[in-house]
Amino acid sequence: MSEITSLTLYELIKNIKEKKISSNEAAKSFVDRAEKSKKINAYVTENFENCLKLSKEFDDKPNFDLKLPGIPIAVKDLFCTNEVKTTAGSNILNNFVPTYESTVTQNIWNEGGILLGKLNCDEFAMGSSNETSFFGNVQNPIAEDLVPGGSSGGSSAALAANLTPVTIGTDTGGSIRQPASFTGTVGLKPTYGSCSRYGIVAFASSLDQAGPMSKDVKDSSILLEVISSFDKKDSTSIDFKRNNYSSKLTRNIKGLKIGIPKEYRVDGMPDEIEKLWKKGIEYAKDCGAKIIDISLPHTSYALPTYYIVAPAEASSNLARYDGVKYGLRSSGKNLIDMYEKTRSEGFGEEVKRRVMIGTYVLSSGYYDAYYLKAQKVRQLIKQDFDQAYNKVDAILTPSTPSSAFKIGEKSNDPVSMYLNDIFTVPVNLAGLPGISIPAGVDKNNYPLGLQIIGKPFDEQTVLNIAYSMEEKINYKNNIADWWMK
Amino acid sequence: MTIDLKTVKHISKLARISLDEKKAEKLATDMNSIFEFIEKLNELNTDNVEPLTSIAETTLRFRDDKITSENIREKILKNSPEKNDDFFVVPKVVE
Repeated sequence: MSEITSLTLYELIKNIKEKKISSNEAAKSFVDRAEKSKKINAYVTENFENCLKLSKEFDDKPNFDLKLPGIPIAVKDLFCTNEVKTTAGSNILNNFVPTYESTVTQNIWNEGGILLGKLNCDEFAMGSSNETSFFGNVQNPIAEDLVPGGSSGGSSAALAANLTPVTIGTDTGGSIRQPASFTGTVGLKPTYGSCSRYGIVAFASSLDQAGPMSKDVKDSSILLEVISSFDKKDSTSIDFKRNNYSSKLTRNIKGLKIGIPKEYRVDGMPDEIEKLWKKGIEYAKDCGAKIIDISLPHTSYALPTYYIVAPAEASSNLARYDGVKYGLRSSGKNLIDMYEKTRSEGFGEEVKRRVMIGTYVLSSGYYDAYYLKAQKVRQLIKQDFDQAYNKVDAILTPSTPSSAFKIGEKSNDPVSMYLNDIFTVPVNLAGLPGISIPAGVDKNNYPLGLQIIGKPFDEQTVLNIAYSMEEKINYKNNIADWWMK
Repeated sequence: MTIDLKTVKHISKLARISLDEKKAEKLATDMNSIFEFIEKLNELNTDNVEPLTSIAETTLRFRDDKITSENIREKILKNSPEKNDDFFVVPKVVE
């Protein structure tokens, strides 16, 4: 049998249910490997001892009817975990220990999952390379000094380095799909309202959505089934009939209509992305899908819209960090001075930049010109998708306009960093489900992903198309464990 | 349009983030390049478009007016950087 840490979630569950592997053996394997993988810098907080203890307890009284029986799982450090430090990658929350649990993580523990630890991410999920984290860069297991994408960079790196069988991230503008694409893994952003936002450190509330990240499509379907739930504690949680996504998973996508939006052929897009996309179209045809050209005319307005809406919501959400109720406090001459010093010392550069942009676009005299304008354009972007879905069942695009870049390469130019999310942002603005699956490599052998976008609440079709194409693509990460040498 | 240093300092006051001169200058540069990129939206006529405020097309739910969490004062105060038994403590605000 191959090593425990390299198994997929599905294989690991099977082995545990057949008593070939115990939960404790699995936990030990992941902990051992993490100890040898510190150089990746995936973990912000380790929960190893507790994980080993809980896995033993599971083995003493196993319940194999659970969906994640005794499975050790590490999660992005944006999910509040009761009694376990939760930082959101920020200095301002460096000492924050929640007294409650996020609904999404609670759903995982209820099904038998066991917390391995908290994974690094961009500060408050603001970033596309994990370089804005207070806890330092994360290494992409694909090659040294390469970014793992962001903001769920610790999650994508941990997954690709076999430090966790599956993980969860959050996606506000591409933060699950882009890091998945950069690390040769699978990442799914569900429809807005599918997974509860309760207990997730808020960034942009009308866009934030949690989702599974995994080594293959089947694993994402298993984890989605666990984390997706209606939750009264989230006012935008939607009560709809959720599928047993994994049992309904099928490779039969014959006759499904897949749209190819011409506007995603952007200026300056590298040839290899164009080639990958064409290859993807051929794979989809091989799987029996019908390819239809479509138009999403407002695509090029999505990023500018996002960079008004997201910072505006962030500036409101981050107003709570005032040095009074929790987190860092710096000393000041008076109350206002204390606020200003706390926030200046507690927030990193990118977060300050976005809070400033958000405050500006919401400030008196500018609200109509920026925020209201952006909300109107957001409507047009959503209508583009509504119209497209009269003709097609799903949409196929590249996940990112390039492969992973070097650490430091884009960190001084915010706009070029923002362009990373050009293909993922429209999906958040329209609240749709989208998945990134690995589909090939560039000239450096760095992974490239394809994105499948679905209709609202139609995660099943998205998963089925991905599952079918995954078999034809037959992508395998080739990771040499360079960080252990 | 350009965002000058004075505006940046005003915004930093509104956002309650103290900035030194050097940081304010850097932010002015960054914000100008970001807003140059955002200005693209002005190409579009949106006079007759309804703003999209929420993607979840639901009306907000009502809940029963019942207390669901009691005696959590300790939990709420637990992470406070400065507190006494019952309250958050802040620098003095009244003379």
